[in-house]
Amino acid sequence: MTEQAPDSPVLCRDCFAWLPETAKHGDARCPKCGSPRMVSHPELRALAIAHIDCDAFYATVEKRDNPELRSKPVIVGGGRRGVVSAACYVARTYGIRSAMPMFKALKACPSAVVIKPDMQKYSRVGKQIRELMLSVTPMIEPISIDEAFLDLTGTERLHHAPPSETLCRLVARIEAETGITASIGLSYNKFLAKVASDLDKPRGFAAIGREEATEFLKNRSVTTIWGVGKSLHEKLRSDGIETVGHLQGMEEAALIRRYGGIGMRLARFSHGRDDRKIEPRSPAKSVSCETTFADDISELGELDPILWRLCEELSTRLKTKALSGKTIVLKLKTSDFKGITRQVHHHGSTQMADTLYRAGKHLLERETDGRKFRLMGIGVSDLADPDGADLPDLADPEMEHRRKVEHAMDAVRAKLGTKAIEKGRGFKKAVEKQGISARMSEENAHMPEEKEGDS
Amino acid sequence: MKIVIDRAALLKPLGHVQSVVERRNTIPILSNVLLKAADGRLSLSTTDMDMDIVESVACDVSEAGIVTVPAHTLYDIVRKLPDGSDVELAASGDVSRVTIRAGRSNFSLPALMPEEFPALSGDALPHSFVISAADACMLIDRTRFAISTEETRYYLNGIFLHAADADGVKVLRAVATDGHRLARVQMPLPEGAAEMPGVIVPRKAVNEVRKLIDGADGDVTISLSDTKLRVSFEDTVVTTKLIDGTFPDYERVIPSGNDKMLHVDRQRFSEAVDRVATISTEKSRSVKLAVTSGQLTLSASSPDNGTAQEEVEVDYSASDIEIGFNSKYLLDITGQIEGERAVFQLADQASPTIILDQDDESALYVLMPMRV
Repeated sequence: MTEQAPDSPVLCRDCFAWLPETAKHGDARCPKCGSPRMVSHPELRALAIAHIDCDAFYATVEKRDNPELRSKPVIVGGGRRGVVSAACYVARTYGIRSAMPMFKALKACPSAVVIKPDMQKYSRVGKQIRELMLSVTPMIEPISIDEAFLDLTGTERLHHAPPSETLCRLVARIEAETGITASIGLSYNKFLAKVASDLDKPRGFAAIGREEATEFLKNRSVTTIWGVGKSLHEKLRSDGIETVGHLQGMEEAALIRRYGGIGMRLARFSHGRDDRKIEPRSPAKSVSCETTFADDISELGELDPILWRLCEELSTRLKTKALSGKTIVLKLKTSDFKGITRQVHHHGSTQMADTLYRAGKHLLERETDGRKFRLMGIGVSDLADPDGADLPDLADPEMEHRRKVEHAMDAVRAKLGTKAIEKGRGFKKAVEKQGISARMSEENAHMPEEKEGDS
Repeated sequence: MKIVIDRAALLKPLGHVQSVVERRNTIPILSNVLLKAADGRLSLSTTDMDMDIVESVACDVSEAGIVTVPAHTLYDIVRKLPDGSDVELAASGDVSRVTIRAGRSNFSLPALMPEEFPALSGDALPHSFVISAADACMLIDRTRFAISTEETRYYLNGIFLHAADADGVKVLRAVATDGHRLARVQMPLPEGAAEMPGVIVPRKAVNEVRKLIDGADGDVTISLSDTKLRVSFEDTVVTTKLIDGTFPDYERVIPSGNDKMLHVDRQRFSEAVDRVATISTEKSRSVKLAVTSGQLTLSASSPDNGTAQEEVEVDYSASDIEIGFNSKYLLDITGQIEGERAVFQLADQASPTIILDQDDESALYVLMPMRV
């Protein structure tokens, strides 16, 4: 990202032509295809670690599916109480950001079109994009539904092109096949690749090379470093450390003494050193599904049908993913934002909505003591494949019958749509009133934190 | 209160009753043992509000009275006193302290008011019958391993004891299940049990009773109502609340059409399962049984530990079958079979299997296979 050195190779991101080094100097357009989208960097032929990040993913999917929205500010998020999951680039010009409370976002831009998230659709598109990435390299570490690290080291001979070109071709293909645009960050490690992908958005390409890393980081805020959150930022600031440059001047040992384990990361990252490997996805450790209510709820009677809906969603997800879980987790958030999680170990692994519901209800009954809740979620962990799930239960002769009923319902839904057949326990006023829209999340060992929005 | 008692004579009942007392108690009185001295006997009681134990022992009472002291502390003291010593227990005039004297040792413990000590008993126990201590042990041993620890299904956290009709014969039955395995054991119905309600005896009480009757000979009297059950033998009385729930209709899950009969030498089979299971993962503990005419091949494999295989000669003439089980569950069951040979009644690799003692059909075990 430095002023380009005289010997920087130049790549056209639209026709993938490598141009003479002078190309970027005089005329700003590709002499072959006329595109202005050219990238130039001294290490462009060498860098191989990339971070690909879809642009305003949920919002872009919605715009793709409804062209009328193209020029309008679009926010994807739940109800008036929820938060912004994604804001398109038009909406962002109003100052709207992901994870912003919805009422604030609407205050900033009353004309914004608010769309309820359709997680199943996004995950379908996300999967499609992941498949395309996999066609380039198996060394992919997804961070969330719409972003991933790719290690393209050693792929030159396979693709007959340096990683930078392979990435441009990949992103072009993603755009052509899914209609979703993405930005590329290219560097020599994960930390800087992620930093780079944020530099040029949307439809961007930014590279950070070895030579320039220290200089590049010098004047950036310490929050650039992955792992520096609010509280550490405060602490660093009170110690007079505002920029990465301040860290660069300090000894690693001193930083470790002062800040503990993270001190090592501060020291290394500040010099652009990050030796974390790209680890292809470990299987998910848990799958969950939650919703924030439009109004706080304290009554079990009102929570109950919502719980059932959530269990159905979760079950559908488990069934499509060919997963089952043994530990069932109920999550609640009180009106004063206190998080509660309660879990129970089921005697065998399950993917049945009915079983999830029974366990969830048991947990829920013990929590409904008058407190008001703003959020409820249900999830499973201890995941296993579904072959050993929902086996006949010697202590529950009815279970086999319920399993058959659920399978029959699933079969009807597969044929006639999800609304074709429903259980009575899902029909309550609360469900209509609250307009349940569930957020799904899948977590694995590498990225335990939940991601609320996208970028 | 003032008594003198031989250290060993005190230690035994004290050891029994103190095990009911939880290590951590929010209600202080529940940490205490209630000591009652009268008519040449000392009675000791403890409770956790769900069950209580009362045991009595002969002693030299020079002053009758009632007092409560911390149970674990008293037990630890008496345990550490020299064998053969005489122990003197004496309460202060206002019953606020108890002194313990033995030889040159001298202890003073704080006491709580005996009136605070909760009484569990009181209700009438209309049904009562007598069984031998050996039968009581048998009913417990052959079922308790299958008791569930699942909190959600609290009604499985005990042994279901009830009167039943087994092909026209009246029996007393104990049943336990955790969903994966089920143990059902029965004995001829003792007199007085015909009208008893079906009750679920909680695990803690089952384990305490089992500990206490270990080594006891003679008879055990069981009296019960819908909500409580009392076991009395020798100088001990255990009273427990019952689990308020409905035990599942277990008869429906016991298969009746399993037609593949596998006869094994119980000991050789158990040893082979135990050996092969060394390889199976800690988590699943699965072993595979491949049965062909006259031969059983046990095998286990795990990505980390390698593979194991062992052949066992068996009596089998039905069509070949492969079926997987949790090795621990298999060993739990075969460990309760006393006869030389065990019989497996199999259907297919996904259906429940019945396991029996070839010479003793009083106990029946049902085991769910696992996928291997």
